[in-house]
Amino acid sequence: MTAVAEKEVKNGVNVAALLGAREALSKAPEAARFTWRATCKWVHGTHSRTSVKGYHGLGQEQSHRTEFTFDMDHPEVFASEDNGATPVEMVLTGLAGCLTAGVAAVAQHRKIQLRSVKATLEGGMDIQGILGIDADVRNGFDSINVTFDIDADATKEEIEALVAQSQKRSAVFDILTNPTNVSVSVN
Amino acid sequence: MRATVLVIGAGHAGLAMSRCLTERSIDHVVLERGEVANSWKTERWDSLRLLTPNWQSRLPGYVYAGDDPHGYRTMAETVAFLQQYAEAISAPVRTNTEVTSVRRVEEGYAVSTNNGEWRARAVVLASGACNIANLPALAQALPSAIASLTPNQYRNPGQLPQGGVLVVGASATGVQLADEIQRSGHPVVLAVGEHIRMPRRYRGRDIQWWMDSAGILDQRYDEIDDLERARRVPSLQLAGYPDGRSVDLNALTSIGVRLVGRLAGLRDGKALFSGSLANQAALSDLKMNRLLDTIDYWAARAGRGAALEPPQRFEPTRIEASPPLSLELVRSGIRSVIWATGFRPDYSWLHVPVFDRKGRIRHDGGVVDAAGMYLMGAQFLRRRKSALIDGAGDDARELSAHLESHLQERRQAAA
Repeated sequence: MTAVAEKEVKNGVNVAALLGAREALSKAPEAARFTWRATCKWVHGTHSRTSVKGYHGLGQEQSHRTEFTFDMDHPEVFASEDNGATPVEMVLTGLAGCLTAGVAAVAQHRKIQLRSVKATLEGGMDIQGILGIDADVRNGFDSINVTFDIDADATKEEIEALVAQSQKRSAVFDILTNPTNVSVSVN
Repeated sequence: MRATVLVIGAGHAGLAMSRCLTERSIDHVVLERGEVANSWKTERWDSLRLLTPNWQSRLPGYVYAGDDPHGYRTMAETVAFLQQYAEAISAPVRTNTEVTSVRRVEEGYAVSTNNGEWRARAVVLASGACNIANLPALAQALPSAIASLTPNQYRNPGQLPQGGVLVVGASATGVQLADEIQRSGHPVVLAVGEHIRMPRRYRGRDIQWWMDSAGILDQRYDEIDDLERARRVPSLQLAGYPDGRSVDLNALTSIGVRLVGRLAGLRDGKALFSGSLANQAALSDLKMNRLLDTIDYWAARAGRGAALEPPQRFEPTRIEASPPLSLELVRSGIRSVIWATGFRPDYSWLHVPVFDRKGRIRHDGGVVDAAGMYLMGAQFLRRRKSALIDGAGDDARELSAHLESHLQERRQAAA
């Protein structure tokens, strides 16, 4: 008797659970509405501390296992104390985390074993915008470049397809590439 | 009036079903709001040709017999072909009979038309998948100085105001219109979202020949991974030009069309485009190359390789380093916008609870979720080719068999 073992791939992503959730949520789309929250408190100078814990999803309040906090500040070249990453670096952090999670999930689904994944991000910015020197210069990034170095049991084309699919399904990639209405109010 | 079966629509799908019902000696009538092949006749732009070669329009009991099997039919030729088919199979078509309502009744269905009331035990929906052009909600924000057209309203470049044209959408319709309009002298900006790049010819053969021969078009709905996805895949970037040229994004760039990302917003007369263009192009190139790999693999295994031109790979889609993210429409000379953003069927007359939350008909391979109701002509209904003229035959054969057994069950239950 011969047994052909199903290729076992362990990237640490529970694809069966994700596919189950997709199936369940397509039948109960109201449960798919999530609200993500963050609370930020000013500390001193340009230093602030943001925390995340609760969020809403699957029809009820949910909570992270623990509260996560993030210090943000500006570096000394901006005459600040550099108590944390800059907010724009946090944006790069969000994009990197989203795309990398996507690569792992898609790889698991496609039965591709990953050995290492490294993303290097660069966002270019002309700070004449935020300093109000030149009104023609935008405040934000003029471009973002992401470079992946991936070691995996796959062809170059398969790895490129992982990265492309990860962008296609990425929330942060969508947030950065498409306009979003942002409303800010004061209590 | 009574018929055992009513077929709604006398296009290729309804006619193919009519032929299969006749072969099974099932009494039926085909209700047609206009003339045979009405949509082909009245809702297409002037220069459109079929995207499949002539040989590929194989209908039950009817095949192409002309002297140009590799050509692509004009709309007039397509209409004539379907009219000849209707005559050849003696299809019982009632023309100028528009269905205004379909309701469930004890014996089956009550069908109201502008030409009288019908009762039938079964109904086949073959009224087309492209009745209504989709208009994204953001189209409401288009400045009134700019003309707005759907592909159903577009006939030829002569009807467009002088000046630039923004074509929204780069599937089959969008790329063909961008090509024709740019060549007519209007500068075209093409907003590109998800799209399926496809060479018209590969290794000396039409791409449809490859997909037909390699069995890709015959893939069934019950044997593929993600049917939802397969039914939503955009149409292939193909045109049926006599010279057999491709209309991929590189071809359009070469004649001067400007590519921008998916239209993501319209604010104060300014169009905002997604920054995802490079990834959309990469996804499409990868997908095309996977198809070509499949084709080459099939050709080698089938021993066809030697008789054909060698495999080749096409230049990756050229995307400029920083495509524009916004465009002041009026200031940049855009005078019209064409919404090539897809089509949907019109079932406003169907008063039977068969719709899902997105307004799509619930069905299993064309067997609608209402006893005695069937669907034809939808994307990947039963096979990858279901929406093609060439796909109507196999679907009609199988669904007419199901329909016949439904009628027999009802008869036995009544006995």
